[in-house]
Amino acid sequence: MSSTFDTIANIIAETCDIPRDTITPDSHAINDLGIDSLDFLDIAFAIDKAFGIKLPLEQWTQEVNDGKATTDQYFVLKNLSARIDELVAAKGA
Amino acid sequence: MRLEYFQLIDRVIELNLADRTIRTETTIPTTSTVFEGHFPGYPLMPGVLLLETMAQTSGWLLVAMNGFKRATFLAAAKDAKFRTFVRPSERLTIEAKCTHEGSGYAITEAKIFRDGKKVGDATLTMSVLDFPNADMEKQMRDQAIRVGLTLEARADG
Repeated sequence: MSSTFDTIANIIAETCDIPRDTITPDSHAINDLGIDSLDFLDIAFAIDKAFGIKLPLEQWTQEVNDGKATTDQYFVLKNLSARIDELVAAKGA
Repeated sequence: MRLEYFQLIDRVIELNLADRTIRTETTIPTTSTVFEGHFPGYPLMPGVLLLETMAQTSGWLLVAMNGFKRATFLAAAKDAKFRTFVRPSERLTIEAKCTHEGSGYAITEAKIFRDGKKVGDATLTMSVLDFPNADMEKQMRDQAIRVGLTLEARADG
């Protein structure tokens, strides 16, 4: 069974036509991979479907805009993987 | 359909919030300056406007689903197909189904029919955002009444 990171890295590679081997756990989806908001909607849709969750993108964006969080917390892929694992765990709780 | 005002939907025929589906209808105008260019001597409804017709139908569905609290905007279209020519004066039925509600966006599957035969379809990504201003929200409610979404368009809706 592939890890959460592998799943989202594969989704990003396929959705954004980014070479899979350039996507690492420390990659920042926006700053390093150059993913824009529209492409991220496609990625969010694929993640929602793959994990059976609803990524709270609006909440995250609001927290960043309010200075309560940094983009690193949500968009560095190892952190995104952790957030997804939390959402999956919360769904099953 | 009033092409010059980008009002591509005439009426909502059916709205099912439980199934997250909508059905609308529209009639292509007999004359329009659009047809003078598309094409001279052979007027056809442009595919891009058929796509917008599907987007507006999807938009009414999503606006009704969120109780007229948020606006929707076409963000992306996938697998858009226009299977036959659509001409002036023809009557169309448009169906849309919301297949996924994400955070700040939704996915719809939309189809256009003429006399029961599918003439176009697409998968649409719609952004779902707060109304950018009160004027747009009011205009949206007014347009909702025009197309027959009266109950959902109430200010307290």
